[in-house]
Amino acid sequence: MRMSKIVRTITALIFWAVVVFGLYVVIHGHLTPGGGFQGGAVIASSTALFLVAFSKEEFLKKYKDAFLSLAESGGLTLFISTAFLGIGTTFFYNFIANSGGIFGNPVPFGVNNGDLNTGGTLPPMNMAVGLEVFGGISLILFFMFLGAYLKPFNKEESEVHKE
Amino acid sequence: MGMEYWAHFFTLIVLVIGAYLAVFLRNLLASVIALSAMSLALSLEFYLLHAPDVAIAEAGIGAGLTTAIFIFALRGVRRD
Repeated sequence: MRMSKIVRTITALIFWAVVVFGLYVVIHGHLTPGGGFQGGAVIASSTALFLVAFSKEEFLKKYKDAFLSLAESGGLTLFISTAFLGIGTTFFYNFIANSGGIFGNPVPFGVNNGDLNTGGTLPPMNMAVGLEVFGGISLILFFMFLGAYLKPFNKEESEVHKE
Repeated sequence: MGMEYWAHFFTLIVLVIGAYLAVFLRNLLASVIALSAMSLALSLEFYLLHAPDVAIAEAGIGAGLTTAIFIFALRGVRRD
């Protein structure tokens, strides 16, 4: 089932804006309010918008459900492997912080100056959580969307529905 | 009685009106939209109370995802 032309046009207009805002929340997770979970939920709400406005076939053209499942499992695997990489000291040890490389700038004392290249293992973990939440919530939404079209369980109930 | 007082006042008024409409509207789709508006007002109230982190989560989950799930459920139970 598709919604009216107005809903579909507005969805096509703001779909990528919602995705970009979610990516902003994820990438700035260690500096500003929000993080992996919130950004992933914002990206997944773009999926909700798409499913409300368009049909199942158009959704499957955009995302395969195997891809969403892969995003969920891949995000969780990335998170736990980043945690295990610091096992030389402790589990979840932030081994990249202040090392000078990628995400390794030292944080100056005082007000947050907005340097994205800080935080050590926190930005990769935020991205992993964002990927995982996007995949998981999109899968939940997609299967609830499919469940709305299932036939009723017994025959009497389907008779009632026909009236 | 500054600006912030009135912001709290109107946000809470909208929240209570949205909750009342969500319970008492007869049209189910309108009821879901009222619940979504209530969730948005709650998110604004979280922001006014200096919890922007919770506000983003509430706006994404409460106003976005649960509304979509309720709309799918309404499509599923439609009689026609």
